[in-house]
Amino acid sequence: MLKEKDKIFKNLYGFEDWKLEGAKKRGVWSNTKELIKMGSEKIVEEIKNSQLRGRGGAGFPAGLKWSFMPKDSGKDHYLVVNADESEPGTCKDREIMRNDPHLLLEGCLVAGFAMHAHTCYIYIRGEYYSESSNLQKAIDEAYANNLIGKNACGTGWNFDIYLHRGAGAYICGEETALLESLEGKKGQPRLKPPFPAGAGLYGCPTTVTNVETVAVSPTILRRGSKWFAGLGSANNTGTKIFSISGHVNNPCNVEEEMGIPLKELIEKHAGGVIGGWENLLAVIPGGASVPLLPKSICDTVKMDFDSLKEVQSGLGTAAVIVMNKSTDIVEAIARLSHFYKHESCGQCTPCREGTGWMYRMMEKMVHGNVEHQDIDKILDVTKQIEGHTICALGDAAAWPIQGLFRHFRPEIEKRIQERNRRVA
Amino acid sequence: MHHPGTNNKVYKKINDNFEWSSENFKKISEIIKKYPSNRIQSAVIPLLDLAQRQNNGWLSKNSMEKVAETLSMSYIRVLEVATFYSMFNLEPIGKNFVQICRTTPCWLRGSDKLSKVAQEVCETNIGETGDNEIFTVVEVECLGACCNAPMVQINDDYYEDLDEESFKKILQDLKENKSIKVGSQIGRKSSQPERKFDA
Repeated sequence: MLKEKDKIFKNLYGFEDWKLEGAKKRGVWSNTKELIKMGSEKIVEEIKNSQLRGRGGAGFPAGLKWSFMPKDSGKDHYLVVNADESEPGTCKDREIMRNDPHLLLEGCLVAGFAMHAHTCYIYIRGEYYSESSNLQKAIDEAYANNLIGKNACGTGWNFDIYLHRGAGAYICGEETALLESLEGKKGQPRLKPPFPAGAGLYGCPTTVTNVETVAVSPTILRRGSKWFAGLGSANNTGTKIFSISGHVNNPCNVEEEMGIPLKELIEKHAGGVIGGWENLLAVIPGGASVPLLPKSICDTVKMDFDSLKEVQSGLGTAAVIVMNKSTDIVEAIARLSHFYKHESCGQCTPCREGTGWMYRMMEKMVHGNVEHQDIDKILDVTKQIEGHTICALGDAAAWPIQGLFRHFRPEIEKRIQERNRRVA
Repeated sequence: MHHPGTNNKVYKKINDNFEWSSENFKKISEIIKKYPSNRIQSAVIPLLDLAQRQNNGWLSKNSMEKVAETLSMSYIRVLEVATFYSMFNLEPIGKNFVQICRTTPCWLRGSDKLSKVAQEVCETNIGETGDNEIFTVVEVECLGACCNAPMVQINDDYYEDLDEESFKKILQDLKENKSIKVGSQIGRKSSQPERKFDA
């Protein structure tokens, strides 16, 4: 279990003051000037050594991503913070932004400096109204105290942070869709290459990165990459905020060490599964996009990128959705299919048509209103969507259904048989 | 599932000329400063949001034309954005815009019961506005407060950790113009694990 002294988010629940004064008491902005003095190469090196992996879902090594930014392109560089948190099950960035916004702002300055950017946009989802108002107040405080703006923290580096509110589109969490949206267009993903580090916002070098990734970086620099890499296991280092929702006694966000066993996470922090561990049916371990896991795997699996990949799922955003035996598992997945149908941006045919078709099929499956061969047909369709679209929304729509049939195929076959008996 | 924000048709009713209020006019110059001077189109979402707030929660054709004019964009580019994003309503809504989260994490904790309560108390169907225009009730996809499920958003605020009883009370209080408590309805701070409280 993570020791109190190793926690990065000391005000995750907002018991203490979230404003500048409170943040300073927690050590935020304490020696930012010294961190910047390390120089951008050393900062990127430290982040690389810490083996921090992006917290937005894909788990891409953060230091490597930052190093993609060109040194002297002659153009403006941008840091764009992805705060469009909409993955079902995920509500961690929200707590950072409303309860510890200065941690994020300090991270923006450090990360922005490391990638030679003078401007940072924080793209927050439009529904987070009170969160954006807290964050805006924190930005105003930081400007007033010369922590950002001209000669930020007395480092000689000019750095502006702007808050930009979205308007309710899940797809804008995809980095290039987010850039399109920030440019005032429909949020439809761009073809890659060119990658944002080459041509991103307004055609300039840009790095898009998740709130949590940015927010942990000053603490890593302050306490050293060795400290961070010493938590968790190799390639899966550090701490992570887990959002535990669904059928648990105490749903909550909690910061824990990477690689904590799923069972321990649920029982220690979330008060256990409703009806006890034996009443567990399945868990979606990393937000709606990753395949579910049946209880037999949940008994032993560890919560990190590589362990979950081994069992054909993923850590994603570390949003743990727990379902006990009272759940209609087919409807649970059908609802996710509805979500993807609703959020598909309509650009690529396999996703636009496929998500709707899969949802209608899943709705029928809830009542067993299909034929046995339809199961293979829907699996075939998921395979045809997966990997054939510009962005990963197609994959994300396919995986939950594949996971359902991988582990719960007999359940649906049973429903079909029951329906056939009723009709006969 | 009907929702004023996912409707792609421009509502026929032409309201009176839309002009920015002087307060919003000042805000616009602040907003535009955030973006490079040759990229003010970036402000289209914030400006549509302002227009919607000024226009009782929905975007008329005139208001979208005003946004286009302000940012020197063609109207079709503004309409394209307004139809793409679900938070822009293209038809009038009631005084209280009740959005019930229906996605799996909220559903697991009983969001479908909340939908029933809302239909009873607000005397309207999902996706519709009641007769007296006090409520518009819609079901929406994940609002990102899953550890406080089930939850609803009414206008700008989140109401969390609901059950049938507490949600009924919120709606009834709104009906009677009483003030209501924002956030967790069981007195929980943010998404902390503790659920037992002394108060």
